Amino acid sequence: MRFSTFSTSSLGKKIYMGVMGLILSSFLIVHLLGNLALLSGDKDHFNAYSHFLTQSTGNVIYVIELIFGIFFLIHLLYGIVVTWGNWKARPIGYKMVTNAKGASKKSFGSTTMIYSGILLLIFFVIHLLNFKYGEEIMYVTKDGAQIRDLYITVVHFFTNIWNVVFYVVVIVFFGFHLSHGVWSAFQSIGVNAPRFIRFMQVFGSVFAFILTLAFVYIPIFIYITGGAQ
Amino acid sequence: MEKKMLNIKLKVWRQENKDDKGAFKDYEAKGVNPDMSFLEMLDELNEELILKDEIPIEFDNDCREGICGMCGMVINGTAHGPKSGSTTCEIRMRHFKDGDTIVMEPWRAKPFPVLKDLVVDKYAFDRIMAAGGYTSVRTGGVPEARTSLVPRDDAEEAMDMAACIGCGACVASCPNASASLFVGAKVSQFALLPQGRPEAAKRVEAMVAQMDEEGFGACSNHAECEAVCPKEISIKGIARMRREYWAASIK
Ligand code: HEM
Ligand code: SF4
Ligand code: FES
Repeated sequence: MRFSTFSTSSLGKKIYMGVMGLILSSFLIVHLLGNLALLSGDKDHFNAYSHFLTQSTGNVIYVIELIFGIFFLIHLLYGIVVTWGNWKARPIGYKMVTNAKGASKKSFGSTTMIYSGILLLIFFVIHLLNFKYGEEIMYVTKDGAQIRDLYITVVHFFTNIWNVVFYVVVIVFFGFHLSHGVWSAFQSIGVNAPRFIRFMQVFGSVFAFILTLAFVYIPIFIYITGGAQ
Repeated sequence: MEKKMLNIKLKVWRQENKDDKGAFKDYEAKGVNPDMSFLEMLDELNEELILKDEIPIEFDNDCREGICGMCGMVINGTAHGPKSGSTTCEIRMRHFKDGDTIVMEPWRAKPFPVLKDLVVDKYAFDRIMAAGGYTSVRTGGVPEARTSLVPRDDAEEAMDMAACIGCGACVASCPNASASLFVGAKVSQFALLPQGRPEAAKRVEAMVAQMDEEGFGACSNHAECEAVCPKEISIKGIARMRREYWAASIK
């Protein structure tokens, strides 16, 4: 089979999406674990982590960013193309749709993938502008190093309740993306041993739930406590 | 015991031909025996319509016992109606209550154009089958039973997949109008057996290409198809088709 045949077929597109989606999901775990440093009472912790990522890794970080950027792009472009094709496949809809339940896995999450995805894309741009490319304030740590105080930028941002609300809404909605996405990705790749896939269906929901809860907790925590000074 | 006859309101999609725009029309079925099949109810209604010099409602059917795959319509928003694991012809009127309104719509998918009322053109499935849903003929005597061993589980699963009657409910129920369950079942039934292996890679590539060519959507794993499939075919078949596709891609 030609590479182009594979890449443009309905199956191939979903195989790419699944693989990229799982890799992006693993990125979210790392992203969360790093951000948990924001909960520390000592702001040096988070700033040291951010300094390490951006300054101490040399060019490695750029390579990683580029790779994830490409995966993200492939996933979202295919997401748009696939969804567009799916809409075209039923030009005239039904007057009445009643979900069959039973073996069906159709859910709020599964039917809103494109919307939660596009919302995340918009969020992604805003998120980078808020923090990564946000105001650069320098400060001196307790160890005497002069580094960027990203922590204070984050805390400032989340003192505004509307910023908190925006983040919470996006994260919760995107949680639904993951609640369907994780098991769906395995099915798309062709992994469906009965016990494994049943495990993944439960695991996917639990994974989405925990990730959502943890990501939502951070801005709320900062808003309530005002952060460490 | 005296049976309570049902009075049912019907909202039926009427469309004269392929090019007609079509619209819903209201009917009433009075004094319906709950033991009647759904299609018998329509037969009786059609007889009334004929007597009134109206054009009867066109719907596909043949065996009326759930084996031919000819019948099929979306009943109250669910392909093949309210009872899982059955075809439209296997639905009985006792699944409905007196005074219910039943909405009847044809399968909706770009590759299944409506020909008339509730009848759609399902030749897209035949073209997919023609693309690779077969094993090339072997002539000669019947081989000794144990020449090619088939693990029992594989034989069972091949049988489960071969149970597909090509009714199209999977397409109709899929939010994306995807034919993946049908094609997955057909690809799997051959891929699981030694007779199907030699052409496995060629087959999956050709059938998937034809499926895409026809304009069916991609599979988002909603699994709504499995829930409405009269033969309860598992989406395991779709996963197997994808594995076969991977395998074919490196050939
Ligand atoms: C960190 C970011 C993201 C992660 C972790 C993620 C994860 C996933 C996963 C695991 C799947 C299941 C794939 C499959 O069934 O094969 C999926 C599906 C999907 N994703 Fe994402 N996604 C992300 C961002 C996006 C974005 C930005 C879009 C924007 C358009 C998007 C659109 C979609 C769509 C439309 C589907 C469903 C495709 C279908 O089955 O019809 N995703 N995502
Ligand atoms: S897979 Fe099931 S729903 Fe689809 S055509 Fe075959 S029998 Fe009908
Ligand atoms: S008429 Fe044959 S399956 Fe319904």
